[in-house]
Amino acid sequence: MIRVILPQHLRTLARVDGEVSLEVQELPTQRTVLDALEASYPVLRGTIRDHGTAKRRDFIRFFACGQDITLDPVDDPLPNEVAAGAEPFRVVAAMAGG
Amino acid sequence: MSGVRLLVGTRKGAFVLTSDGTRDEWNVEGPLFAGWEIYHLKASPADPDRVYASQSTGWHGQVMQRSDDGAKTWEPVGNEFTYDGVPGKHQWYDGTQHPWEFARVWHLEPSLTDPDTVFAGVEDAALFRSVDGGQTWEELSGLRDHPTGAQWQPGAGGLCLHTILIHPDDPQRMFVAISAAGAFRTDDGGETWRPINRGLRSGELPDEDREVGHCVHRIAMNPSRPDVLFMQKHWDVMRSDDAGESWHEVSGNLPSDFGFPIAVHPHEPDTVYVVPIKSDSEHVPPDGKLRVYRSRTGGNEWEALTDGLPQEHCYVNVLRDAMSVDDLDPGGVYFGTTGGQVYASPDGGDSWTAIVHDLPAVLSVEAQTLP
Repeated sequence: MIRVILPQHLRTLARVDGEVSLEVQELPTQRTVLDALEASYPVLRGTIRDHGTAKRRDFIRFFACGQDITLDPVDDPLPNEVAAGAEPFRVVAAMAGG
Repeated sequence: MSGVRLLVGTRKGAFVLTSDGTRDEWNVEGPLFAGWEIYHLKASPADPDRVYASQSTGWHGQVMQRSDDGAKTWEPVGNEFTYDGVPGKHQWYDGTQHPWEFARVWHLEPSLTDPDTVFAGVEDAALFRSVDGGQTWEELSGLRDHPTGAQWQPGAGGLCLHTILIHPDDPQRMFVAISAAGAFRTDDGGETWRPINRGLRSGELPDEDREVGHCVHRIAMNPSRPDVLFMQKHWDVMRSDDAGESWHEVSGNLPSDFGFPIAVHPHEPDTVYVVPIKSDSEHVPPDGKLRVYRSRTGGNEWEALTDGLPQEHCYVNVLRDAMSVDDLDPGGVYFGTTGGQVYASPDGGDSWTAIVHDLPAVLSVEAQTLP
């Protein structure tokens, strides 16, 4: 299972408390984890990545194992700890605005 | 006794204010969608329990919400707004061409007859329609594809389509307004559009008769006389007696003809309301006095309405979608401010009371008359 931590607004929107657990059949990458997340919670489509292009929204960042992996290629494998469920994949709303 | 539901969108959530027909006591619920910008909420005229809301943030983009029980509970619906075909480009602030990019939904206008049909005015300016209760959205691209589209340029708030008026007797006829392109009309249900800006004078434009490029802030009509339109432009309050074919200025004795909202009394089609602010560079009431101005002559002759409104040290603004009227008798008028107050007048503007004082900055107020 892949563990995903969402920012507060998206937890509210998806009506989940705490972490989300996902079955990801393919190699866990940013793309496959987000595909699985959006498949399980369609309301999140367009809120992390744009519709159509799947481009990350500007003020969204991704963290894993204490590292900012936002700019890593979307098809790179996530760290083994994330793939094993020992560490979460974090979707972070960047500090911006008021 | 019938009542009123005020649907209030703010910078940090939505609020629902309800009262019976006396409009003396108000129940305040909210915030809904706390922390999100709620540009607009509006109920279906065909089903008072059906309400649509536009929810957005810079972080997470656009979300659309729908209520089927009178704004008590909500379900997210479709949020995919894809421009039809190759979006092309419009003019940017510096005069260069800039790709059309969806930013947010500014205004929602439900069909007058079908609760599942709703129009959405968006930034960058385009008109979308849903016929399935907001689940899916399709652009009415005849508007954006108008030959002038490449000349449309954003106002300071963005290239936003903020006004949608549906003709009550002829559903094929609609009016929209875009900052800073101007007003447009369709007579074929949205397939084709043409600018209706003849008579508008925008001082910065060297060509007085330019077809587009006018910063229209808001248009209003009384449904009993739908071909008479009133417009608050960037500067100037304007009137058309021929469904937008031509406009003439009716600013008259206003202390400033700059402002954002404009509304027409529900039962008196020549009674019009505006909220003048000082200038384009100072978006505050003149002299620190919050005054609604009412004309009972269809413009030109205006009276200040001050009873119950702050008359010193007041420096709030009233945004374009933040004024509304109910259908009760006597007619009620409502507006919200960037300071978080929502004022109600159950007597057509003669006296005002703040229903709430300290909401987040108010973006929109819609008065829904309940059966």
